[in-house]
Amino acid sequence: MAVERFPVEASHILMFARSIGDTNPIYSDPEYAAGTEVGSIIAPPTFAQSSAQFDPDYFLRPKPDKKWFGSGRTASGTLVRDLSEADGDDVADEREDDKQSGAAAGGLHAEQHFTYHRHLKPGDMLHTVTYDGERWEKQSKRAGILKFSEAVTEYRDEDDELVITAKGVGVVTEKVIDN
Amino acid sequence: MALSASQLNVGDSYSEQIVDDLTRTQIVQYAGASGDYNPVHTDEKFVTEVAGYPTVFAHGMLTMGMTGRMVTNYVGDGRLTYYGVRFTSQVWPGDTLTAKAEVADIRDEDGQKLVDLTITTTNQDDRPVLTGQATARLDN
Repeated sequence: MAVERFPVEASHILMFARSIGDTNPIYSDPEYAAGTEVGSIIAPPTFAQSSAQFDPDYFLRPKPDKKWFGSGRTASGTLVRDLSEADGDDVADEREDDKQSGAAAGGLHAEQHFTYHRHLKPGDMLHTVTYDGERWEKQSKRAGILKFSEAVTEYRDEDDELVITAKGVGVVTEKVIDN
Repeated sequence: MALSASQLNVGDSYSEQIVDDLTRTQIVQYAGASGDYNPVHTDEKFVTEVAGYPTVFAHGMLTMGMTGRMVTNYVGDGRLTYYGVRFTSQVWPGDTLTAKAEVADIRDEDGQKLVDLTITTTNQDDRPVLTGQATARLDN
């Protein structure tokens, strides 16, 4: 899941700041930003996650040449909704398990951590290196067996200097959590 | 404006309402900006009929982003050295969230004053949806 080129751009920072409801001019107004301690527009603390936009294979973005698992003519382009549509019992059982576990949705985001070596600004050209961290299981009353997996992503600039270290933890639950 | 170590005490706190009546449109807006188009966040038909949830729910990262706004409003721009969270409960359309930071420690690292914050974001039922920590550089 390495991203070879993640260009940090002012318009992307503006759209990202809007989406989290942040009207701080440090994210949009170069003249204001020039007069502050940081001296230029910077990106909000969680912006690095939007490097997904620059991952050509990112699985949570629909692609024109591939079936998408969200709804179109049917409730899902790739997952069978009605068990009677399935080819056989085994497949149907598997799909029903998927539905119950939330695995159909690719699991849930359990934790996210960012360590900032400096803050991102327009003009940065980053690349990422991702490696797998720990894996563990936990029993939960609400969701059954929880399977956790950790991934560490290093965001590096053109001089290969480390800019942000991100650690994400994903979880696949045995049962759907709906409260 | 950044915080000064000399004017800060352990136990001090700061809070903001970070969203009032979260809309499905804002979740869509976040999907577009972040690039995370998982249909569980935006596709009512998929999420109810296939994934088995009562309705769409917010990206954890949207809650972390909105909570981050409270943190940077408190500590100042470009001051964070660490920000990490755990997503403890889902966030649904219609939710109203309040994020709070509390000073857990004020310390010195190689001559740089730092503050450690404990962060909690709760919904309208006082249920925590996010808990975490942040560390920021302070003025002396």
